[in-house]
Amino acid sequence: MLDLVLALVVAIMLVAGGVFTFLAALGILRLPDVYTRMHAASKAGTVGSGLMLLAAGIHSLDVAIFTRALAGFVFFVLTAPVAAHLVAKAAHAAGYRLSRLTVMDDMREQAAKKR
Amino acid sequence: MRPAVIIAVFTLVWLAVSGSFTIPNLLLGVVASALSLLLIRGHIQPDGRRLRPLKALSLLALFLKELALSAWKVALLVASPKMDLKPGILAFPLTVDRDFEITLLANLITLTPGTLSVDVSGDRKVLYVHALDCSDPAGTRRDIANGFEKKILEAFR
Repeated sequence: MLDLVLALVVAIMLVAGGVFTFLAALGILRLPDVYTRMHAASKAGTVGSGLMLLAAGIHSLDVAIFTRALAGFVFFVLTAPVAAHLVAKAAHAAGYRLSRLTVMDDMREQAAKKR
Repeated sequence: MRPAVIIAVFTLVWLAVSGSFTIPNLLLGVVASALSLLLIRGHIQPDGRRLRPLKALSLLALFLKELALSAWKVALLVASPKMDLKPGILAFPLTVDRDFEITLLANLITLTPGTLSVDVSGDRKVLYVHALDCSDPAGTRRDIANGFEKKILEAFR
């Protein structure tokens, strides 16, 4: 009984993780500019890989492996936003334009005021 | 945080990563944590900041909820045939002023629904946030100020 519940939980987490990771990749393909793409990569990507890591940890039924998987998840959550933020910042500094759909840009107005 | 607390946290991380819960490994973790803290002691400013464990836990819970919600929202958006986008960059006036708090807020914002930190102004007064749905900038600013920023102020002051 417990085996079945455990197997189901692991299976659901693996599939959900796979779906999120796939949608993150699809988002990078479909979204219009680098800023919106970073949304898909940082959020859906983090949750997707995190779910799969935790599923692997639970499946092992080994505390040592589970804590390592958990630590991996924590470091993912700590580093993914920093990477997304740096890519977006670098893109803005390099003058990469926002997509035509963009409705406002406070940052450019601020830069224009300074000049 | 006080050095003892930092060493305890480092040691816990070490135990989790090394995956071996033995006394010698625990001692090794404590010694390694103390040494690494000693190496960077010049770079961390000493402060009287206190960590409120319960408030910090409530911040963590809010964050996990928002993370799940945001991944769900992005996934739905990407999977929908016609993506409804109104992206934009808005300026968020910061109330928190310490480097640590700004970093934490910027990270939390990036992992929450529809928002991504882009940059901090030179004087650390304004955080620039890219939002997928920028049709209501005042509402987004209010959400951040009443949500994460308030929780950070509660947990670390």
